Amino acid sequence: MTVAVEDLALETRLLDEDGEPVGTLPELADAWLRELLVHMLRVRCVDQRMLKLQRAGRIGFVGSMLGQEASMVGTAAALGERDWLWSGLREGGAALMRGLPLSEYVAQMYCNSNDTAKGRQMCNHLQHKGSHYPSWSSVIGTQIPHGVGAAYAAKVRGLDEVHGIYFGDGATSSNGFHSGLNFAAVWKVPAVFVCVDNGWAISVPSSEQTATTDYASKAEAYGLPGFRVDGNDVLACHAAMSTLVERARAGKGPALLVVETYRMMGHSSSDDPTKYRDDAEVAAWERKDPLRRYARFLEKRGLAASDELETLETRLNTEIDEVIHAQEAARPMALKSLVEDVYSAVPQHLRRQYNDFIRIAERYGDAQPGDGAFPL
Amino acid sequence: MPTLTLLQAINDGLKTSMREDDSVLLFGEDVGKKGGVFLVSEGIQAEFGKERCFDSPLSEDGIIGTAIGMAMNGLRPIAEIQFQDFIFPAFDQIVSEAAKLRYRSGGQYTAPMVIRTPYGGGIRGGLYHSQSGEAYFCHTPGLKVVVPSTPHDAKGLLIASIQDPDPVLFLEPKALYRAVKGEVPEGSYTVDLTSLRVVREGEGVTVFCYGAMVPVCEAAAKEAEKNGIDCHIVDLRTLYPLDEEGVIEAAKRTGRVVVVHEAPRFCGYGGEISAMIAESAIEYMEAPIRRVTGFDTPFPNTLEHHYLPDKRRVLDAVEFVHNY
Repeated sequence: MTVAVEDLALETRLLDEDGEPVGTLPELADAWLRELLVHMLRVRCVDQRMLKLQRAGRIGFVGSMLGQEASMVGTAAALGERDWLWSGLREGGAALMRGLPLSEYVAQMYCNSNDTAKGRQMCNHLQHKGSHYPSWSSVIGTQIPHGVGAAYAAKVRGLDEVHGIYFGDGATSSNGFHSGLNFAAVWKVPAVFVCVDNGWAISVPSSEQTATTDYASKAEAYGLPGFRVDGNDVLACHAAMSTLVERARAGKGPALLVVETYRMMGHSSSDDPTKYRDDAEVAAWERKDPLRRYARFLEKRGLAASDELETLETRLNTEIDEVIHAQEAARPMALKSLVEDVYSAVPQHLRRQYNDFIRIAERYGDAQPGDGAFPL
Repeated sequence: MPTLTLLQAINDGLKTSMREDDSVLLFGEDVGKKGGVFLVSEGIQAEFGKERCFDSPLSEDGIIGTAIGMAMNGLRPIAEIQFQDFIFPAFDQIVSEAAKLRYRSGGQYTAPMVIRTPYGGGIRGGLYHSQSGEAYFCHTPGLKVVVPSTPHDAKGLLIASIQDPDPVLFLEPKALYRAVKGEVPEGSYTVDLTSLRVVREGEGVTVFCYGAMVPVCEAAAKEAEKNGIDCHIVDLRTLYPLDEEGVIEAAKRTGRVVVVHEAPRFCGYGGEISAMIAESAIEYMEAPIRRVTGFDTPFPNTLEHHYLPDKRRVLDAVEFVHNY
């Protein structure tokens, strides 16, 4: 089905649930099509490994991406190297695809001394400066105006950047959504808002989140085009996002893309979704699995063997396990990190607070070489 | 050296920074063509154009949220909140995002930005055009909180705030916008964000104050002098992080301390100053520490002149600690 808004027409779906093309497929290279499968499968494998580590008590918290691989990989693949991706809880797979090294990903999940955020954030708050991927804060929707401001900066500085601003369906009720979309439209910044509608904001279904049945329609009130696509169809996600990213890059302003998918697991490793949703709903979405669908498409095109997923999975898991093994052996966190990065330099009052603390830590044998007092 | 009001000095500081650095821009509600409701930004859009001085949609949360993004992507935004009373819709963006960004990202991302806002009473503005919310923000590691009280400091502290690598909340005592005048150097200079200012040297009673309370304390000190009490007045000017050594030194100097602010007393800034002195210099104290503050009530309208600490209330406290 094609949806047209203003000067744009987007396909809501390019593959049916059995991987059969519907609508007109864009010209895409075979190698790229195969690569997309690897990215999606890596996301799934990493996700499963992280859940296992959480259950084993090795890491504290996982916001599983299971079921959302196509929406994140498909849309993020439409962003260029210089573009930014403003993330929420479940965009980690996009970061991996865009260049976040797996070792940094795992270090962040361990919150250990190799974590670029120095263990300040809880698990699953990934960042990667190299690919312009700031972490989210945990407060829902606050990254939306940040992305808009950064896109404004790109515009006035004459930088060739588009800002992909991601959030969930729950965030459409937040202040940040309203001010972000409004400011973006008024300032006509190069941004694409990606609402990952997975049906649930922890335990609150869309029917209790909004009185509209279509999140994309919210765009109209801000003077933006809004679209929704099948979020479990990686090619539809990619095609729609590509159109909107290039439109923004051409200076035609921001747009809202709603990718409709489903959160197969609980909100997080601390959540039991059986308390609030029906098994039948989950089972129905299981049949729409984005990976199986895409693998079937590749198989029919002769680009993947029938056991492609299994073969790839074994290879990816071996890689992931090696990385996990290495992160288990991280050195202890430097204690000075307690007071560093609050300001560009450690101010006098924090030096005194730290020195008072380290005196006690040293007395009880908690300090490592290098943890000593600051000069005052 | 030209003589300017506090308001003109801030305007001069903004223009000086914007001339020096192309990445500095100013935005907020009504700051463009109108030049702000107090006319602080008068002439700025005309000189620097609409891309660098512009009106935003009416959302404080949006103003601060977008300023953070600008700062993360190479600009030096100055975001104006029209009245400090209107800042609370943006409280989350200030305390949870701007202030914590450097820390939570391990220094990978930062938000060098200035939030300018008029604060305090004295203009018959009632509950929502008069508040002094500094204590909320001084409880926020990662943020700097600056309050000028003279035209010279206003320009120098503002330029230093704009150049600072961390987010700064710049509180402008609106009662002083046109009430104080002073000599202000032309061109660029900074007043560092790590030191207090001794307004008046004295040996009898140390009075800590900031913003619009500085001239009130100076007037009280003149009265006290007639009665033979010699006040040592300290303008704290950067409230957070504070020049704690300077505070302790000034407290030890007289052993008698009065702290003055407009904001309510309970959990107010004066409580921190008192606790600091109690922890580090109690053996030097010759008298109990006295706070002269606003009431622990919302800010009134008709009776605001009684709510605000005035010369008489400050003098009473000075006499109490002096005669103790």
